Amino acid sequence: MTLDVILLASSEAAADIPVVHPTAADGVFSWLWLIIALPLAGAVVLLVGGAVARGSLKSKMDTGGHWIGAASAVGSFVLSLILFLSLLGRGEEERQIGQHLFTWFEVGGLNVGMDLLYDPLSALFLLLITGVGSLIHVYSIGYMEHDERRRRFFGYLNLFVAAMLVLVLGANYLVVFLGWEGVGLASYLLIGFWQHKHSAAAAAKKAFVINRVGDIGLSLAIALMFTTFGTTDFAAISEQAAGASQVTLNALGLLLLLGACGKSAQFPLQAWLLDAMEGPTPVSALIHAATMVTAGVYLVVRSNFIYELTPVAQTVVVIIATITLLWGAILGCAKDDIKKALAGSTMSQIGYMMLAAGLGVAGYPFAIFHLLTHGFFKANMFLGAGSVMHGMNDDVDMRHYGNLRGYMPVTFLTFAMGYLAIIGFPGFSGFWSKDKIIETALADNWIVGLCALAGAGITGFYMTRLMLMTFFGDDSRWEPGVHPHESPRMMTVPLIVLAALSVLGGVLLLGDFVVDFLAPVTGVAPAHEPPLPAIVVTLLAVAVVAVGVAAAWLLVGKREIPREAPTDVSFATRAARADLYGDAINEGLVVTPGRSLTAGLTSFDRFGVDGVIEGGSAGVGAVSGLLRRVQNGFVRSYALSLLGGALLVVLALLAVNLS
Amino acid sequence: MTHYIVLSAILFTIGCVGVLTRRNAIVVFMCIELMLNASNLALVTFAKQHGNLDGQIAAFFVMVVAAAEVVIGLAIIMTIFRTRRSASVDDASLLKY
Repeated sequence: MTLDVILLASSEAAADIPVVHPTAADGVFSWLWLIIALPLAGAVVLLVGGAVARGSLKSKMDTGGHWIGAASAVGSFVLSLILFLSLLGRGEEERQIGQHLFTWFEVGGLNVGMDLLYDPLSALFLLLITGVGSLIHVYSIGYMEHDERRRRFFGYLNLFVAAMLVLVLGANYLVVFLGWEGVGLASYLLIGFWQHKHSAAAAAKKAFVINRVGDIGLSLAIALMFTTFGTTDFAAISEQAAGASQVTLNALGLLLLLGACGKSAQFPLQAWLLDAMEGPTPVSALIHAATMVTAGVYLVVRSNFIYELTPVAQTVVVIIATITLLWGAILGCAKDDIKKALAGSTMSQIGYMMLAAGLGVAGYPFAIFHLLTHGFFKANMFLGAGSVMHGMNDDVDMRHYGNLRGYMPVTFLTFAMGYLAIIGFPGFSGFWSKDKIIETALADNWIVGLCALAGAGITGFYMTRLMLMTFFGDDSRWEPGVHPHESPRMMTVPLIVLAALSVLGGVLLLGDFVVDFLAPVTGVAPAHEPPLPAIVVTLLAVAVVAVGVAAAWLLVGKREIPREAPTDVSFATRAARADLYGDAINEGLVVTPGRSLTAGLTSFDRFGVDGVIEGGSAGVGAVSGLLRRVQNGFVRSYALSLLGGALLVVLALLAVNLS
Repeated sequence: MTHYIVLSAILFTIGCVGVLTRRNAIVVFMCIELMLNASNLALVTFAKQHGNLDGQIAAFFVMVVAAAEVVIGLAIIMTIFRTRRSASVDDASLLKY
């Protein structure tokens, strides 16, 4: 199989790789920096200003600061939209716009500028980040209404949006890295936002630490770029990449993939995502579904000029992605926590995007397309889950839900739109995007394609299970004293907008818009004769999903759902409930050996290094303790030693003189 | 000439043994003076033998220093005696480890 992929990929590498050649920003595009500056200013005002403000100003910020946060996000969205429309008005050749803000640092021959790059890829990301981000800001106003630390929450959200925008707008890898670390920080702060809960604080730390592992990959890749190309600019590297040695290119591809794995919760760095659901639900929707976790996909697609030259790394991307998409889907089947089930699904869907990104030129546009539609429907469902939790006294256990469709009609309907989109119901956005990925995967390698198909079936199963447990059945499983109710309009309006996008997201594919729009960045795939006609693949995918849905109906819908999770379950279920032993593997492979190593090093330090030093000083101490006895206070003994010494000197002089 | 040197050696040895064996600070002091004077005698003898004045000048220096030393030493012995009612060097043994 590996050989197959390599051969296929290398034949595709012959397709011309687009070189990044931005033109200087002019006209409306010179406002590019403002898109980042707005949320950044919001974050500074809310976090720094709020901290130093006193008296009535402070109370005003605490009670009304969220409006600043939401306004800055919306402002950013409006600007992104204007820029996007202006970009559409330009010819295809002029759709890469660079803006040099200032020189970041200059050391020796190394000159790193704070440069922004606005091209079709970043344009789509800007719309997703600021658009979904604005909706989630608005939703959070309702969701966090009773939280005392709301100002801080919105400050962090703004900080996240700003960092994410830096990530997708950076024109060199160091600026991308700045945003990359920024979103990592914001993610950490927001997962642990309710830090009084021990589990939230631990989850934040876990996410941060695992992300650091990935960041090592990215920072090593950047270092390797410096040594190889002497620069990290996309434009320069995309020109020079073909001249680098194959070993360097492979290393670059694999290191970048390691970075992508950490940020996008891909196998083997996937363990943090499910725990990250400890954060407030809008955070899960924005960071851990729609935007930040897709940064890895962005990185791979953005680095296409490297990946196109390294079939080995591309193959690894495909393998990792296939494992992850099945892994996440299996986790989604076993979780009773509604947010964790959705998180497993996110992992799986990002696996699809990664898969498409690993398939090369033919896959890049579909990776981004699925990323966009997933951003819509997954944010929609996460916010819907938040709305359900809002009505159920913040209970997350789906076994305590049931029959909520009548009590929360708007949440139910919008969630259903997201549901139909993710399982790939014909006509909904997810149908178009996932179908394209499966089609491309099948054309590339039938094993990977079949895995992607199976993943679609499992998606149908777990999402139907989630729907049935939450919105159908009866209310016999409720906790005593819950009164489900529809959420306020502040929360339902974003849901409705996102539901509409989930339904209509497929229009982006009309007339191959996404493919053509992204062509200046991702290149044009040579026309392949697909092994199976597209319509057959589509029918196959729909059939597999139908099987999954039917299985869920038979196993979950037709049966009584116990309030407590049954414990006499098969090994497979137990494994899936334990995250497929991901934590146990980490514990056994990394944590325990690491701890033993540290314990060994500390004891070596304690007894080896310290032993030599302390032994030496103790020896000197003991000897001087003995020597001290010479000072006995008796003058005559001093006189004797004086005499002895003088005699010795005389004898020595005699010996020297006589010899 | 040899006799002078022998006398000087005998005097020095007597002083040396006295310093090592006697406990009374005054006697120890006198023994030190004896040693100094033995060395003075040796210096003068050698000066005579070499036919120059270097040794004699050195002897004068030793005398001056010895006089100063006697003043300070006796003062110390007096003070010790006043506080401890004893002139034994073995009793003044507080300054030790």
